[in-house]
Amino acid sequence: MTALTMPTRPGHDARLRAVPWRRMAWVTWRQHRAALAGVAVFLGALAVYLWLTGLQIHHAYATACHPASSLACTINFTGRYGPTAIVVSIFLQAVPALIGAFAGAPVLAREMETGTFRFAWTQGFGRWRWTLAKLVLLAVVVAAAAAAFSVLYSWFSQPFFAAGYTIPFATRVFDLGEVAFAAWTLAAFAIGALAGMLIRRTVPAIAATLAVYAALASATALYLRQHYMTPLHTSKLNLPGSAWLVSQWYTKGGKFAFGAHGFQLVHAVSQLCPPRIGTSGLSPAQCLTQHGYTAWTSYQPGSRFWPFQWIEGGWLLALSVLLIAATVWLVRRRAA
Amino acid sequence: MTMNIIETSGLGKRYGSTWALRECTLAIPAGHVAALVGPNGAGKTTLLNLAVGLAEPSAGGVTVLGDKPAGSPAALDGIAFVAQDTPLYKNLSAADMLHLTRNLNRRFDQPYAETRLAELGIPLNRRAGKLSGGQQAQLALTLALARRPRLLVLDEPVAMLDPIARHDFMATVLTAMADDGVSVVLSSHVLAELERVADYLILLSRGRVQVAGEVAGLLASHRMLTGPTTEADKYAERPVVHVQRGGAQTHLLVRATADDPVPPGWEAHPVDLEELAMAYLREPGAGALPGPSRGRGTQPSEVTR
Repeated sequence: MTALTMPTRPGHDARLRAVPWRRMAWVTWRQHRAALAGVAVFLGALAVYLWLTGLQIHHAYATACHPASSLACTINFTGRYGPTAIVVSIFLQAVPALIGAFAGAPVLAREMETGTFRFAWTQGFGRWRWTLAKLVLLAVVVAAAAAAFSVLYSWFSQPFFAAGYTIPFATRVFDLGEVAFAAWTLAAFAIGALAGMLIRRTVPAIAATLAVYAALASATALYLRQHYMTPLHTSKLNLPGSAWLVSQWYTKGGKFAFGAHGFQLVHAVSQLCPPRIGTSGLSPAQCLTQHGYTAWTSYQPGSRFWPFQWIEGGWLLALSVLLIAATVWLVRRRAA
Repeated sequence: MTMNIIETSGLGKRYGSTWALRECTLAIPAGHVAALVGPNGAGKTTLLNLAVGLAEPSAGGVTVLGDKPAGSPAALDGIAFVAQDTPLYKNLSAADMLHLTRNLNRRFDQPYAETRLAELGIPLNRRAGKLSGGQQAQLALTLALARRPRLLVLDEPVAMLDPIARHDFMATVLTAMADDGVSVVLSSHVLAELERVADYLILLSRGRVQVAGEVAGLLASHRMLTGPTTEADKYAERPVVHVQRGGAQTHLLVRATADDPVPPGWEAHPVDLEELAMAYLREPGAGALPGPSRGRGTQPSEVTR
């Protein structure tokens, strides 16, 4: 066989124009439409339930809660629908994690598992561009779906806020807010994508995503969120109803005495106001106030709800960008 | 003057503490069907992964299509790779696979791809996962060729195929080679099929290049000598590659041309590619690296480990 000289083709020089980004839209859709349809069906079913239940809730609130403090409101509205609202809000906590795990983790894990990355990454598009385009498109779609869903949820839960049954800052509803819910879904997706790239197997990557998400969401709710802005302090006992109580403690003579919970307080009360038979007794707070203690409360006022939503949304967005960038970097340098 | 379609210098790849490929220096000229042959674990897949940019070298370097770094946009544009077991998206139809590949590349010859699939009897609406093994391999090959690459890299393309599918697959490769002048580099541990298709041979053993050169030149420079076993040791000074001792007769595969004198009482036969490859594979210490490569002479050079 004779050695052939390669025919020169136009465009084979260094000034090669890259394959346009927009081509990834079709590719992403065709490859992940099943996952996206799954997300749509899942959120859609939940939305139908929220809508139907929400109509009853709004009706009950409108008929029974004039004023919200009335006994009728307590019986026919909060008594009847409060437990439902609690169950719904607890269940919805898992939704971003589920979307992130089932839509995010397989994106790269499945390519690794089935070997198709050898096909995808040797096409002209280039592997890091392929990864970036795919992840950004999917991330935007799932975050937008979550945002739309959270608007419906805020309509659903609005009567409970109006009746003072729940405050918007409550742990189980804050991250269902319009900004936070989309941001948590985005973060879960980004965690899933990175886990898939690191673990390279779909099922373990899904499990890891759920675990990491649960840890991050719990740590945020328990330790982090209250520090977004410096809490306000007051010695007044009647806080506005929408305030989020962060902590309480007692002082005496301008010095810290003890926290509002714990052994020291119980001990002090039993010393100062020993229980006597036949008297109704004082509450611990009344007892301590009589003996010169001052009760202090630190709290986040309800007016900070939206700043807190944006702060949480902001750092989750930054985290997601970082995680997606890390995933793309791993794809770029990974040795097959 | 032909360019080198794959050129490596001191190329090495380490996974953990194990070298899958080391000190690999070779130049595969354009215009060949080059066969990369070696036992399992010899480093064939590693070398191909490095050439197509899927893996990063631990040592040395690799360029493709003349002087382009492996994995660069220009390299990806000009090289089509069909990986081992021909991975495809199993839940996509053949038509979707075409559309997907078209979207991911600057060039895609849709009429060629559709014509080929029609000839092969592969329905466009059939999902890739529902196709037979041979059809999946043909679909993967069609996707690769429709990109109009200058280099087609095939990793163990026929290992999983039955003889008929294997024949059809290689026929497609040879047709593309003849029609478009696409260069082909394929790895295989199936020696039987190579004689018909390969005109350039690279033997890899234990992560090192043992033999590299044009098949015609390699066959012309090797002879099988057959003679009495009692005299076999007299030829130790000759460049013997492999000794196969029988009861009365011994076969020596030696480096010699047809013009070299044959000792009295011995017979010389030409060797075929399979015999040659087998002889070297049985003697991982032997080596021959003739053939065109950068700046070096064309004389065979001995490699001793």
